[in-house]
Amino acid sequence: MTSELDIFVGNTTLIDEDVYRLWLDGYSVSDAVALRVRSGILEQTGATAAVLQSDTMDHYRTFHMLERLLHAPPKLLHQLIFQIPPSRQALLIERYYAFDEAFVREVLGKKLSKGTKKDLDDISTKTGITLKSCRRQFDNFKRVFKVVEEMRGSLVDNIQQHFLLSDRLARDYAAIVFFANNRFETGKKKLQYLSFGDFAYCAELMIQNWTLGAVGETPPHPDSQVDDMDVDLDKEFLQDLKELKMLVADKDLLDLHKSLVCTALRGKLGVFSEMEANFKNLSRGLVNVAAKLTHNKDVRDLFVDLVEKFVEPCRSDHWPLSDVRLFLNQYSASVHSLDGFRHQALWDRYMGTLRGCLLRLYHD
Amino acid sequence: MPGKLKVKIVAGRHLPVMDRASDLTDAFVEVKFGNTTFKTDVYLKSLNPQWNSEWFKFEVDDEDLQDEPLQITVLDHDTYSANDAIGKVYIDIDPLLYSEAATVISGWFPIYDTIHGIRGEINVVVKVDLFNDLNRFRQSSCGVKFFCTTSIPKCYRAVIIHGFVEELVVNEDPEYQWIDRIRTPRASNEARQRLISLMSGELQRKIGLKVLEMRGNAVVGYLQCFDLEGESGLVVRAIGTACTLDKLSSPAAFLPACNSPSKEMKEIPFNEDPNPNTHSSGPSTPLKNQTYSFSPSKSYSRQSSSSDTDLSLTPKTGMGSGSAGKEGGPFKALLRQQTQSALEQREFPFFTLTAFPPGFLVHVGGVVSARSVKLLDRIHNPDEPETRDAWWAEIRQEIKSHAKALGCHAVVGYSESTSICEEVCILSASGTAAVLNPRFLQDGTVEGCLEQRLEENLPAGCGFCHIPYDELNMPFPAHLTYCYNCRKQKVPDVLFTTIDLPIDATVIGKGCLIQARLCRLKKKAQAEANATAISNLLPFMEYEVHTQLMNKLKLKGMNALFGLRIQITVGENMLMGLASATGVYLAALPMPGGIQIAGKTPNDGSYEQHISHMQKKINDTIAKNKELYEINPPDISEEIIGSPIPEPRQRSRLLRSQSESSDEVTELDLSHGKKDAFVLEIDDTDAMEDVHSLLTDVPPPSGFYSCNTEIMPGINNWTSEIQMFTSVRVIRLSSLNLTNQALNKNFNDLCENLLKSLYFKLRSMIPCCLCHVNFTVSLPEDELIQVTVTAVAITFDKNQALQTTKTHVEKSLQRASTDNEELLQFPLELCSDSLPSHPFPPAKEHLESASSNSGIPAAQRAVTVEKASPMGEGNFRNRSTPPCANTTVGVVKMTPLSFIPGAKITKYLGIINMFFIRETTSLREEGGVSGFLHAFIAEVFAMVRAHVAALGGNAVVSYIMKQCVFMENPNKNQAQCLINVSGDAVVFVRESELEVVSTQQPTTNCPPSCAGGEVTT
Repeated sequence: MTSELDIFVGNTTLIDEDVYRLWLDGYSVSDAVALRVRSGILEQTGATAAVLQSDTMDHYRTFHMLERLLHAPPKLLHQLIFQIPPSRQALLIERYYAFDEAFVREVLGKKLSKGTKKDLDDISTKTGITLKSCRRQFDNFKRVFKVVEEMRGSLVDNIQQHFLLSDRLARDYAAIVFFANNRFETGKKKLQYLSFGDFAYCAELMIQNWTLGAVGETPPHPDSQVDDMDVDLDKEFLQDLKELKMLVADKDLLDLHKSLVCTALRGKLGVFSEMEANFKNLSRGLVNVAAKLTHNKDVRDLFVDLVEKFVEPCRSDHWPLSDVRLFLNQYSASVHSLDGFRHQALWDRYMGTLRGCLLRLYHD
Repeated sequence: MPGKLKVKIVAGRHLPVMDRASDLTDAFVEVKFGNTTFKTDVYLKSLNPQWNSEWFKFEVDDEDLQDEPLQITVLDHDTYSANDAIGKVYIDIDPLLYSEAATVISGWFPIYDTIHGIRGEINVVVKVDLFNDLNRFRQSSCGVKFFCTTSIPKCYRAVIIHGFVEELVVNEDPEYQWIDRIRTPRASNEARQRLISLMSGELQRKIGLKVLEMRGNAVVGYLQCFDLEGESGLVVRAIGTACTLDKLSSPAAFLPACNSPSKEMKEIPFNEDPNPNTHSSGPSTPLKNQTYSFSPSKSYSRQSSSSDTDLSLTPKTGMGSGSAGKEGGPFKALLRQQTQSALEQREFPFFTLTAFPPGFLVHVGGVVSARSVKLLDRIHNPDEPETRDAWWAEIRQEIKSHAKALGCHAVVGYSESTSICEEVCILSASGTAAVLNPRFLQDGTVEGCLEQRLEENLPAGCGFCHIPYDELNMPFPAHLTYCYNCRKQKVPDVLFTTIDLPIDATVIGKGCLIQARLCRLKKKAQAEANATAISNLLPFMEYEVHTQLMNKLKLKGMNALFGLRIQITVGENMLMGLASATGVYLAALPMPGGIQIAGKTPNDGSYEQHISHMQKKINDTIAKNKELYEINPPDISEEIIGSPIPEPRQRSRLLRSQSESSDEVTELDLSHGKKDAFVLEIDDTDAMEDVHSLLTDVPPPSGFYSCNTEIMPGINNWTSEIQMFTSVRVIRLSSLNLTNQALNKNFNDLCENLLKSLYFKLRSMIPCCLCHVNFTVSLPEDELIQVTVTAVAITFDKNQALQTTKTHVEKSLQRASTDNEELLQFPLELCSDSLPSHPFPPAKEHLESASSNSGIPAAQRAVTVEKASPMGEGNFRNRSTPPCANTTVGVVKMTPLSFIPGAKITKYLGIINMFFIRETTSLREEGGVSGFLHAFIAEVFAMVRAHVAALGGNAVVSYIMKQCVFMENPNKNQAQCLINVSGDAVVFVRESELEVVSTQQPTTNCPPSCAGGEVTT
């Protein structure tokens, strides 16, 4: 006796969260059955392995049919074939677009191209995530990227509108799109200690402050309207950053800056002497990063530079995070007291974001 | 020109890409009705076209309006080649033809293609303007309402239940016409879909005409089926129960029928009235109903050769009074006379209803069934389908005579079915023989006092169990005792019925699904030989199925079966029998005896040991089941009841017969002689097998109950969470040395595994009950067995369960008290039932007062209804709330039950009856047979929901998948499936919402008389 056909169709589509998880994780039906058996479900429910097999097959079939709709989540909401309560629809979408930390760290900042897709085998081997799941996650990134890349308006809003993701997940995707678009290097060995969360945090700050959309008004040049508001960095701003160079190039200004910071922090910093000794190096590092951002190549290396020029020196001197915060606050604020320096607004736009990023990046 | 049909095509969405080059579609729409076609403009290059067409107007006869479906075809415009069809939508406009149903059909319909399935959606608005034409010879029957529900629909009251209506139409199956060899599969499928749609429309119209002739205004329990007879044609047949219904919309509707006889006739659209005086003269003598005769049977049943002949139901002298109790005697006799006079005029006193208004069902005799094996031949003249008509007439006569043998005048819970394999067809009919109260069967002219006195003499909760037949002149050997409830009248030891458990029945514990499953191998044969072989096998199958049912019932410690449905399916080389029913313990019936096992070979120590081991196992199972289903009847000593009447023990209330192309009626005595206890003899391995199989049925996991009736006895606190589902399984038997046992085991495992799967899948709904579990078996090919199950899972509140069962018991105790007391206690009781914080809805109060005024002693029953199926017939304002108006798709509930737990149906929008064909030539690519069928069933659900939503409804009740014919050819990578579904589209309102409404406007809802009641609460 063999089962030729075995189906179950509910008026309300049944979604088993555990099986959905297994399907998303790319397990085959037999692997999924084995995993479910191991979870002790048979003992809990008194079911047989055959029942489990049939149930798993059924759910997999449903998910397979739903997948086409999940590629354009608004379709899932308006389709008539599967009656799914709104909360369940949201869960389906949210879980489908969720991604693994290990996976996203591998592709963050990479071009979402066929070339990268070919490397998914290696990523799968390296991360232990099934190839199927890697493909789904990669395709999700790419799909979201394609849809919102050319779109104007808030990146997060666009993603939310077209993919109906939760606020948190939409922000993550905004970061992924932003990183993919600007191709920030995140894979270097010295960046390995950073989590996706760290990068996403920085991305959000940068989107808020450094992009065209951040200016909050229509771009000054009519021909630059084709620029994407949130996805591309504000080129003009990057150009202007060159002006900051005088903070380290002008020796008087640098000395004055240093003395202002040192006066303010004396007795408040545990690592005062180290700070005093390193001030000029750190300042040069931070300002030079700004000045180099006109080149695409250097934009890509932003995080490498920040870690090399600031995080690593501080860490080697064992600065506690509180001291880093005090220093950066004072370092940014003191510039306002430099009479010879006219680019206060520019400095704030740059340093405000950078300070946030650095504090986030500063950990072990 | 009696009608104008107006159609507007608004927009499309999610259309498929038809032009690969542009990834877009140039769509336009053809709207066709009858022979008239309109077209919209082509909307270029869009997958979401906005046609916003003008109103297309069709001027048509109402006859066409009833028969024809509106056909909407979406096409892709192609300048250089033929336009490609994207798909079609068939809209049945029947719901627009009667005033109380929908007024407009408007919404998104899935565009369906028989090859590709659903391809996008189209937004359509349909309206009908009907003109009155009173003085024409009517061919149409617009205005007659149809309900699939097999009880009186919730927001109606039955004024008269007229009786059986049937009709069939035949045609050639387009699939077998010569032209099918040259046309595409799509064209062939569409021709078939269209033809069946047309035939169902015609059938419904013809049934409607009969109803009008009988002066009814509605058909309840409408069941329409297709017989795909292959080469010999296509038969569409329908049965139903004609009724005169009155909508419960105003308090006046609660008034007894005899007070306002003209009122309920208002709606009935009849053209010529033979004796109009009947309606205006108030209450009249019982004699009157004889003058109020129906037109001769010929007029509402086409076949007649056998109809007027024999088997008139003239009462046997003394039959009625003989079995009646002391006090009840004279009234019972009178009642019997009246019923007979009312039923005598009917050719077939059959009712497709399974649940009845309180007081309708007086006694139940038992199950009657008849089967007949026929050889199919080509239907030569579709306009004269005489042979098919004659076949059914024959079977109905048999049923009628069986019922008569049981001392019953009527058959309730009646249904008909067929099983076809090649050229052999088994026709089956079954029902429950019953004695009915004449009150509902004729115009409201019966004297009220008589009724009331009759009612008083009918003990509540057990009356229907009392035997209708004469105990001195019993049709079969039966074991009778005095009723355990009233101790006055005789009851049988077991009761089998095809109806739902009456709402006032006193049941102990919970019920459970009981199935008997059986296979029999049969030699492959041709024509006559095959038919003979089948008819020879049938009696044995019936006998075995029956024995199995009886054994399983006893094993469960129960004494009655409700909703019994025995399906015999014929295949090339085997016959399958599947009986499903819901077992219960009726308090009125005696406690079932145990099962004893006896060995045939005595003096064998180890064998005896084995036997005693088995016996112990069986006894343990019975004890366990009694605990599981909470069956603990009160101990009654024999003395109180009196010694049982010395009568041969009766095993069966099943009368059945088979006949093979002849009128020969063979009756089967299923009693097991005079053995005192139920003894199973283990005389060979076969019997051993049987005992084993008895014990292999696993009870559902804890928290699960199942039944095949509307509601589960013993559970009445449903929550609103429901899940309707369809599950299909096909197994392939290994063809090598198949034996009956192996086959039985395979089939048994298939059903058991299917149930296990369901329990597992629905485990998140625990505590829950699978209701209306409907199994269908078919044998699509030599070695394939297909089982289709449709049911609904309903969760219930475990904590409340204890509480309500307690009050249920209290209530049954109280029922014994006098009417007056009950009326006084009644509101208090209701208050204690409902949660303390719960405001007492004034409308319920009103219901109470209104129904007690009317002299219908249904007060306590109304409560039982309200609790069991939480939708009492309170006269809440009909407030049709639009289905969820949020941006996403509105939820449409589907259920095979006639109600929705926790909600009240406020409006019936019309019948849904849909037929779909789906075919594929890329089976593998669509996920194999499972993927193909899974997608198709999901699509069918979607199309049903879309039609209901377009009618303005938010649920389908009494949903049934009548047919699911699946054929595959994996070698050719092909498969085809036909599905036929039906149900009633309704609008329901959550009870919580209703209460808010009713408390907000108590003055408008509640007449002054119940203002006092409001104050007290």
